[in-house]
Amino acid sequence: MKIYVDMDSCQHYGQCTFEAPTVFALNDDGKLEYVGEVDDALREQVEAAADVCPMQAITIEA
Amino acid sequence: MPHVVVVGAGLGGLRAAEALRGQGIDVTVIGEEVHLPYNRPPLSKEALKGGVEVEGLHFRRKHDDIDWRLGAAATGCSLAERVVMVDDAAYTFDGLVIASGIRPRHLPVPGMQPPVLRTAEDALQLRAQLTPGKRLLVVGAGFIGCEVAATAIQLGCSVTVTAFDTEPMIRPLGPELGAAMKAHHEAHGVEFRLGVGIQEFHEDGVTLADGTRLTADITIEAVGSVPNVEWLHGNDLDLADGVLTDNLMQAVKPGGGPLEVPVVAVGDVARFPNPRFDDVPRRIEHWNLPTETGKRAGQTLAAVLNGETPTGDFRPQPAFWSDQYDIALQSYGEPALGQPRLVDGEWSGDCIVEYWREDELVGVVGVNRTKDLMHYRKDIGRS
Repeated sequence: MKIYVDMDSCQHYGQCTFEAPTVFALNDDGKLEYVGEVDDALREQVEAAADVCPMQAITIEA
Repeated sequence: MPHVVVVGAGLGGLRAAEALRGQGIDVTVIGEEVHLPYNRPPLSKEALKGGVEVEGLHFRRKHDDIDWRLGAAATGCSLAERVVMVDDAAYTFDGLVIASGIRPRHLPVPGMQPPVLRTAEDALQLRAQLTPGKRLLVVGAGFIGCEVAATAIQLGCSVTVTAFDTEPMIRPLGPELGAAMKAHHEAHGVEFRLGVGIQEFHEDGVTLADGTRLTADITIEAVGSVPNVEWLHGNDLDLADGVLTDNLMQAVKPGGGPLEVPVVAVGDVARFPNPRFDDVPRRIEHWNLPTETGKRAGQTLAAVLNGETPTGDFRPQPAFWSDQYDIALQSYGEPALGQPRLVDGEWSGDCIVEYWREDELVGVVGVNRTKDLMHYRKDIGRS
């Protein structure tokens, strides 16, 4: 499963990190970092992360 | 197979419909707007600045087998007969989701009622008018009013904000942080006329209650909201401020007794008790609540329709966000329930403000302190 975050939209609010902590994290500067390709077993977490993004910046591909 | 009607095609309606569909329940969603569910916060910010494309604001949809009936508002409902009316059309249901949301409030003031900002169409219309050099008058100093003011300044307009409140966003932020936000806006050129009501609307502005005449090319009204519950009148519901529900989002009778019909309410229209804070039912218009309440209500309704007793402990953590210029405001909890205490930084700069109700931490607001706020999401309120 591929994940894409539109970094022009992302405001680094970090809500995704609560839903899928192994996929999304804020770094020491408070900026979002994420894993672009993850196992399908994490689909539910990643979908929840996409749902709670206030900027709706997270896209899940396939 | 039970069939659920969801009245309201906003975020709360979408999340409830998804939760029900995920349980194999057939869902029809009735929405007043012609659009599939879309994200509203950008309408006062990015989308207003860059141009409104509602297609770009649509929420991702996980199910392609939800029956959408759009461009038609519910006009009535009989819970006893399990039917929702859309003019002459009747939609029967086994279970009902009330997700009809809110609409902008209008001040009861004589004169020509100004436009509001609620829908993509409202934003398109406003966007076309916000050309460089235009004078914008914003009536109301809440989040939407302040976000529109900041966007208009960035588009080259001159902006005045007027409100009965004495500081912008005072109810959630408190007077000190409100004053600091006012200073940020003033540094960008916004003028404020606060602490005074409106006597009359004109085609080119307003007359304030103190007799001052403010003129503008564009006036917009952003003075809060009203829950959409008129279509529910005539049923045995408590509609005093939205729809009263229990903690599992089940609508209840006035006084709190259970209904004979499976009905849940979600999002901005639902007034529910959240034991994270206390047992007082409240309507909360924060962005994350339609998702939280929608998912919870979907589980509740699915259980009831399957003949089970819904269970669980629902204590969502409210959260809101606002971007104005280069300032990112973020909050967890219910700051309006407490008194502000500056705990880090200066009021005038990047800072963290906690909100305390006696010895209980009930909310936090950060100014450009997103990462430092993360731990509050679990720390605020009673777990």
